[in-house]
Amino acid sequence: MADSIRVEHVSKRFTLRYHRTFKQVTVAKAKGRKISESFPAINDVSFTVAQGESIGLMGLNGSGKSTLLKMINGVMRPDEGRILVRGRIAGLIATGAGFHPQLSGRENIMLNAAILGMTEKELARKYDEIVDFSGLSPKLLETEVGHYSSGQSARLGFSVAIHVDSDVFLADEVLAVGDRPFKRKCLQKMEEVRDSGRTLFYVSHASASVRRMCSRVIVLEEGRVAFDGDVEDGIRYLEYDGNDEEFLPGEEESDEELGADI
Amino acid sequence: MAIRETPGMRPAALPDDGAEAGLPPLADPAPRAGLLEVFRRRYLLKLLVRREISARYSGSFLGLMWSYLNPLSQFAIYYFVIGKIFSLHENTPNFAVHIFAAIIIVHFFTETFNAGTRSIVRNKAIVKKMAVPLEMFPVASMAVSLYHVGPQVVIILIVGLCYGWVPTLPVLAAVLLSVGIIMTFGTALALLFSAANVFFRDFSSVVSILTNFVRFGVPMIYTYSMVGERFGSAADYYLLNPIANAVLLMQRAFWIPTIDDARITGAEMPDHLFSRAVIVFGACIVVLVLAQLVFRQFEKRIPERI
Repeated sequence: MADSIRVEHVSKRFTLRYHRTFKQVTVAKAKGRKISESFPAINDVSFTVAQGESIGLMGLNGSGKSTLLKMINGVMRPDEGRILVRGRIAGLIATGAGFHPQLSGRENIMLNAAILGMTEKELARKYDEIVDFSGLSPKLLETEVGHYSSGQSARLGFSVAIHVDSDVFLADEVLAVGDRPFKRKCLQKMEEVRDSGRTLFYVSHASASVRRMCSRVIVLEEGRVAFDGDVEDGIRYLEYDGNDEEFLPGEEESDEELGADI
Repeated sequence: MAIRETPGMRPAALPDDGAEAGLPPLADPAPRAGLLEVFRRRYLLKLLVRREISARYSGSFLGLMWSYLNPLSQFAIYYFVIGKIFSLHENTPNFAVHIFAAIIIVHFFTETFNAGTRSIVRNKAIVKKMAVPLEMFPVASMAVSLYHVGPQVVIILIVGLCYGWVPTLPVLAAVLLSVGIIMTFGTALALLFSAANVFFRDFSSVVSILTNFVRFGVPMIYTYSMVGERFGSAADYYLLNPIANAVLLMQRAFWIPTIDDARITGAEMPDHLFSRAVIVFGACIVVLVLAQLVFRQFEKRIPERI
């Protein structure tokens, strides 16, 4: 299989700056305070993903998962190393899409779709499908997205992203907000994506859904690849499979699978 | 800073085993072509422009009317204060047209500069999460300001026709050059300041001050002949300002044709107006290219600093 994503010795440092104006910077400097601090968010990460693989990206909060995804979808650029991706990329980063809070849901669908590379025709064809999938009422779609609940906004974001004809789909904690029926719908849709041979990048803390969705697990720890390989071994590596997880045998999808907090 | 690839060039690829299979090539996911990419993605630009036209005055009662009330109120103030109180009317024929031609250009520039500077910060939510060529936002601001120029030109056309103005080829050339100069120069400054504004919010305040200078640095409330009279040889430097050139071109198009007196028209226009304008336009294109190169150095840090 051809490579879909190549990540080659990628590093990214973040600089925390404490001040926003010249005055604050000058005052801080004069008082001998630190004006910035830098730390590595991603540290020499390398891996290759083959076309059609579905990767579960796991790790604790702050381990660099979202930063890595932002570099893969081209929002951020690596300081060192290089990332190559084949084809169109769509997806969600850190639960929500890039929505403009002052625009209506409808306007945001159009803008988002255009940014993700849809043409006017393509959108016209898919618009109803997107709205249907999101399950949002027509009235709500005319409301500013700023007034949406986090769940509603995530629904809309996921609906747009999943309907783009992408080669790579990034799903970063998409199931962390939405309600149970919607989560189920999302999982189903992502399985379709996976089965259609598109590359899937799935970020989740829920081991059962990773088990269900993914063929390989990459674990990040403090910005480095700590584990890369088999799904079961990866989950075991993270010790996410402990006894404290709730498992409801009577249900088709357990909470664990649907992204309940662990 | 890491060495950056030349725009548009694909990094030397490792053997790409997917190429034979008819798949798209492995490529850098970040948009890199800058302004060129903006024009390649016209549909997105169109959406952003349409959206900003409706969003610029969203939640306001008069809406789009503000775009015209603002220059009209300025016009009224200048006309009254400069014309009546300082009585510049007496020796300058059709002074109202003189002011209004200048206001169109000055307003176009200041709107581009102001809105452009804030454009990236205003679209924070998108910049943080989606891969967009960031040049898109300042360019969209310029396009929105350009959209507002249209009706103002219609107004001055009507006024001009009342004064006996006839459209000629030089008039058309003057208007196009004038608008072209502001489009390129305004976009260049909007690019630079929109990036700077991400790092320090002070820059949007700096812009407000700069736009004040713009109003007085062009022959709007005074005539060009006064610059030569009062400043002597320093007047040569006056024409280094691209905006002053654009204003003069606009006056050449709409004001000069309404005056019969050749002595006045000769004194109010600099020598070689058109050849100078072509050079200035060329220089503005160079400035725009330079602005793009500088922008490129900073854009990498924008999504994480915003």
